[in-house]
Amino acid sequence: MTEQLIAKQDQASPRTLALAERLRTAIGAAKVLTDPSQLRTYECDGLEAFRVRPGVVVLAEERDDVVRTVKLCAEAGIPFVARGSGTGLSGGAVPVADGVLIVLTRLRRILDVDPDNARMTVEPGVINLAVSRAAAPNGQAYAPDPSSQQVCSIGGNVAENSGGAHCLKYGFTVNHVMGAEVVLPDGKVVHLGGSAPEHPGYDLLGAFVGSEGTLGVVTSVTVRLIKVPEAVQTMLVGFHSVADAAGTVSDIIAAGILPAAIEMMDALAIEAAEAAVQCNYPAGAAAVLVIELDGPGVEVAEQFDHVETLAQARNAFETRIAQDDEERALMWRGRKSAFAAVGRISPSYYVQDGVIPRTRLPEILADIDALAERADLRVANVFHAGDGNLHPLILFDDAVPGATQAAEELGFAILDLCIDAGGSITGEHGVGIEKKSKMASQFTAADLDTMQLVRCAFDPDGLANPGKVFPTPRLCGERPGVRTAGTAPDPTLGEVF
Amino acid sequence: MDLAGVAPAETLVPSTTDEVADILRDTTGTLMAVGSGTKVGWAAPPASCDLMLRMTGLDRVVDHQPGDLVVVAEAGVRLSALQKQLAQHNQMLALDPPEDGATLGGIVGANASGPRRLRFGTVRDLLIGVTVVLADGTTARSGGKVVKNVAGYDLGKLYTGAHGSLGVVVSTTWRLHPLPPARGAVVVRVADAAQAGRFEALLSRSTLTPTAVELRWDGAAGELVVLFESIAASVDAQSDAAIALLGTGERVDTPPPWFGERPRGGIVLRLAYVPHALPDVLTALPDGSSGTASACTGVAYVSVPSDTDLAALRTTIAPHDGSAVVVEAPDELRDRIDHWGPVPDSFGLMKRVKDQFDPGRRLSPGRLLGGL
Repeated sequence: MTEQLIAKQDQASPRTLALAERLRTAIGAAKVLTDPSQLRTYECDGLEAFRVRPGVVVLAEERDDVVRTVKLCAEAGIPFVARGSGTGLSGGAVPVADGVLIVLTRLRRILDVDPDNARMTVEPGVINLAVSRAAAPNGQAYAPDPSSQQVCSIGGNVAENSGGAHCLKYGFTVNHVMGAEVVLPDGKVVHLGGSAPEHPGYDLLGAFVGSEGTLGVVTSVTVRLIKVPEAVQTMLVGFHSVADAAGTVSDIIAAGILPAAIEMMDALAIEAAEAAVQCNYPAGAAAVLVIELDGPGVEVAEQFDHVETLAQARNAFETRIAQDDEERALMWRGRKSAFAAVGRISPSYYVQDGVIPRTRLPEILADIDALAERADLRVANVFHAGDGNLHPLILFDDAVPGATQAAEELGFAILDLCIDAGGSITGEHGVGIEKKSKMASQFTAADLDTMQLVRCAFDPDGLANPGKVFPTPRLCGERPGVRTAGTAPDPTLGEVF
Repeated sequence: MDLAGVAPAETLVPSTTDEVADILRDTTGTLMAVGSGTKVGWAAPPASCDLMLRMTGLDRVVDHQPGDLVVVAEAGVRLSALQKQLAQHNQMLALDPPEDGATLGGIVGANASGPRRLRFGTVRDLLIGVTVVLADGTTARSGGKVVKNVAGYDLGKLYTGAHGSLGVVVSTTWRLHPLPPARGAVVVRVADAAQAGRFEALLSRSTLTPTAVELRWDGAAGELVVLFESIAASVDAQSDAAIALLGTGERVDTPPPWFGERPRGGIVLRLAYVPHALPDVLTALPDGSSGTASACTGVAYVSVPSDTDLAALRTTIAPHDGSAVVVEAPDELRDRIDHWGPVPDSFGLMKRVKDQFDPGRRLSPGRLLGGL
């Protein structure tokens, strides 16, 4: 989606420009941008449909830049948004109009590598893959591996509680972050968790991870590393029907096998990946599964055979086993490039992210097909099938009037399917700005009010990434049940889509 | 029941979430929710308790979807009863705190875990949804019934280890694991703390995947159990590989009786530290200490003599990001001992969280660190 929001103002307000002056004095003029032409780069994140020009961009280079910036924002009562690599797909890093955008990409030092304790401490701008690269010489790795791992940052991963293909076995960011240094929205610095487990007191870190930037800004992160497994085996299996592929996934789980990853792509997603990266997936497949097992060699070998047998029993027509790392990389390339690849077969596309109980996969897929047909749109499906995380890619032509809106409506209808099935409106991309209206479908008003209690403890003035995640936050100190339209200026400042 | 020396004026045994909500709405005094009471001694005694809620009446397993490896169960369900039911489907909740009769709500409140945390993690890694009743009677849910879910704040993390001070946990939803088809262990004599450290390092850096590495420590020497749970061929191969790696050890089908048990007597502490500090932590313990350590995880439960200078011990292990929390104390020490140790720089924030959730300080007041 590329429709641009027309910013209602070109230059920040006098109040924000005054803050920019104070910021220049505090952290250095070169790190503070206010020229509208320079700000344009930062109008959106990976969800390009939402664009808002910030009043000021701060290119933080060290921790103290962040602390000073947040403190000055708090004093001025001006909202701020932290941004990493900007790969988020729910608009979580969309700026607040006339607010401050704190860019953390220059904070990319690895602060400590501790192989004995399997820990690494990094600044928030460090790229996800760089953590595993730095750990590799010690036979260790950082488990969460979102498909954007070559560009996405750890700070963003913490904000979004990012997952990835291998979280089926290894869990999400929250299961691997041990500690964080956080600048609270009032500018105070606190340390949540640490290097050791079980820090006394409330698990504030657990609440912070996945809070989408609404509770503060992280300035360093201590992660737990895993051992690189002794053996890894990957297979690519082609099926003539999606139902058989889904059935195979269920059979694997029922057999008590926990693969490192089970990914599924349907025919349209395969076509797109083929066009983009020539991954040579089985021709004519209605669905493929990429199944990876890792662990001790003996275990992997036996379970791998078992998985192959289960796939055969579900009429798999082609099974390929990666013979080396290169072949494995090729199998994964098709999957990991799937989102971008869809751009090859459609002028525009829109990625959704929903979760269903895995056992309901075949029926929900049929429902998605029916919805797509009714909307006269094509949907390519890419899933983390092992944990029921759907990524429908809705194809449309933005040159056709109304198509963009139809795509959005279809995406939201798919989310309704997820909620009705007892699932979630997001498995890893976050709620952001895009899906906050759906929160009220998944949760009751009381549920959302209770989440706001945490927000009020961390950020009573609502300055940290306001207007995200929650549909109609109530003001801190307000009695439950009394609601307002928002705690801060509406960050969208106008129409969207 | 006596709550760590505090006698509640009244006890109620609700059997539904609505009853819990009604009680919280219709009363105003201080309140503590208790399951089987196995961990009442964990954390400080409550500052007061007008009303005790026995949660054992909420004892239904609400929903088990074997194909999705998810179960929903009320807070008063005993872990042992749940495991029995799950085992019929060859599944388990991968938590193994040893307290006999412990309920799910109590396990969440105390953040209790056992040796297999090495492989499966702790409550925070397995609890995917939770329903609580807040101090004002509001019933609120977070998380859901799918493992992968990042919609909204994950309040289950906050309630875990909160000892009921933020809300009364009434229902829990868990990620399950398949029951491993085979298990076996390697038992190794450990001559001293340095050797314990060497074994820990070797196992931490190897590609073996034990589900637990548990050390029994008698103060000077000990015994290490390396537990493998997988398919039989893998248990076999890994057990042999562990013996080769450590240069010693003996294979057994089941771990010795002490495995997974908590030490008793004196002051019992839960120590946490960076995993590789194991030998330093063992050396820092006063004479007469004993206990068990979950090696490679950085958690140990030790019994130390009643006259132990806890402040000094905490200072000694502080460089290892160490903490020492009292989980059992003799009656005569209970009211004056510092159960939690020094407060972290995030304590002000913790207080604000408590103030938001329970402004009247009704729920388990004084149980948490810093008098929260």
